[in-house]
Amino acid sequence: MLNKHCKSRIKKLRLNRFWEYIAERTLLLCASAAIVSVLIISVYIFYSGLPIFGKAGFREIVFGTEWKPLEGQFGILPMIIASIITTLGAVALAAFIGLMTAVFLAEIAPAGLAKIVRPAVELLAGIPSVVYGFFSLIVLVPLIDKYLGGGGNSLLAAVIILIMMVLPTIINIAESSLRAVPSEYKEGSLALGASQIQTIFKVQIPAAKSGIIAGIVLGMGRAIGETMAVILVIGNTPQIPTSLLDRARTLTSNIALEMSYAEGLHQEALFATGVVLFIFIMLLNIAVTFLFRKAGEGS
Amino acid sequence: MENKQLKEIKICTKGLNFFYGDNQALKGINIEILAKKVTALIGPSGCGKSTFLKTLNRMNDLIPEARLEGEIYLDNLNLYNDYDIVELRKKVGMVFQKPNPFPMSIYDNIAYGPRIHGIKNKAVLDQIVESSLQKAALWEEVKDRLKQNALGLSGGQQQRLCIARVLAVEPEVVLMDEPTSALDPLATLKIEDLIQELADNYTIVIVTHNMQQAGRISDYTAFFLHGEIVEYETTSKIFSVPNDKRTEDYITGRFG
Repeated sequence: MLNKHCKSRIKKLRLNRFWEYIAERTLLLCASAAIVSVLIISVYIFYSGLPIFGKAGFREIVFGTEWKPLEGQFGILPMIIASIITTLGAVALAAFIGLMTAVFLAEIAPAGLAKIVRPAVELLAGIPSVVYGFFSLIVLVPLIDKYLGGGGNSLLAAVIILIMMVLPTIINIAESSLRAVPSEYKEGSLALGASQIQTIFKVQIPAAKSGIIAGIVLGMGRAIGETMAVILVIGNTPQIPTSLLDRARTLTSNIALEMSYAEGLHQEALFATGVVLFIFIMLLNIAVTFLFRKAGEGS
Repeated sequence: MENKQLKEIKICTKGLNFFYGDNQALKGINIEILAKKVTALIGPSGCGKSTFLKTLNRMNDLIPEARLEGEIYLDNLNLYNDYDIVELRKKVGMVFQKPNPFPMSIYDNIAYGPRIHGIKNKAVLDQIVESSLQKAALWEEVKDRLKQNALGLSGGQQQRLCIARVLAVEPEVVLMDEPTSALDPLATLKIEDLIQELADNYTIVIVTHNMQQAGRISDYTAFFLHGEIVEYETTSKIFSVPNDKRTEDYITGRFG
């Protein structure tokens, strides 16, 4: 009798352990999918893009100013510069506007107004990038041409459209990290006689710093990776821009524009563009994280 | 209570009512709080003692549906009409139930208040930080690590830091909302000693759930029940010969 009871118990325990095992493996498998994808993509990009650095020369590619792939000139410096300007320009402005919007939504806006602004921001995030591009091609580009000249297709148009596209990311993440700041901090500050604005800028924003940085880094990833909207408005001329009204071409648009017909060395050069982009994004992320961490410690 | 007239009245309220929406949290509170004494507010949860404490530096202003009737006087000036809120909160500091140091260095925590009130001179700030920490009996423990994050301190140290932070803006009244309820007995003892020392220079109003604590550290005790003050007397009297049966029942642990 006792023996029988024991046996059924052991059987049940074994079954439990079996399901535990299955669950653990499933979780591991799912987690691996992301890592494996990243690995495969990285390996493939480097495998396809590195050889040309040997053939055409690292300096000639990264610091070369002439992109004439059919004549064997693969300089992508103009694209690197255009990517840096569009990304940093857009992110710097979007970070400022986005943070202020997040503060407004989290702390200042009356509930009714927040109920209007927040869905508007979410809607902004849901618009497909080609629509952004199309909109600015039809509206923004002619406006720039009319008031500032230069034809309209320009770095400036790309920066403006990227600001709009990056804003929702920064607003959403900054707002939720501001909301996550314990209300005790706010109370403590107000009780010392600080005004609401002083409390926000001296206590709440510093306390939400890591979340805000994460938002900016994500926004930056989106800005540098955005291709479609940028292609439509930036003019796509592979030249080093000398003003914001110049036409330019970014790293991503370089790949997207030419990949369909490129062969041989030309195709390798496009992969090399991908390698540069890849490293560039990693460096930017590291730099921003480091910069903000330093700034935060000093205050 | 007879000799009370001889002493300086710091805060007094007249017919103070307080509402959260339709819910009346304080009913006709009349009380005179004496300068440089420790006044304890006791009573069961939800009796209104914390609400009352928060009206004294207008922290209840933050609550959207809240409404206040009646008058509060601080140094014979109306708390709501005659004071700017910044000026008021500088004069009436508050220590919270849960230690709430800001996530910054110990030094910056203390210097926060003086800085927002316009002090920028480094030497002056250094002086304020040191003297505030000394008053809060924390200086010896932290003087070598002022640049470290305040969140690395123990709970008791954090609470003394919060007291030091309040003292740094040179208040006259310090409100404390169950300041030791999140602390262990030893840390509690240190804070209690500190409160008694501070009473030489500051008016202290403390909400406590701990009857022994009220008995140990306060000069006067007010017993709150259902939003009213049942009894307000010297602590020795209230704990030995309370006038009201309800006070006696509460103090002897028959309810609450």
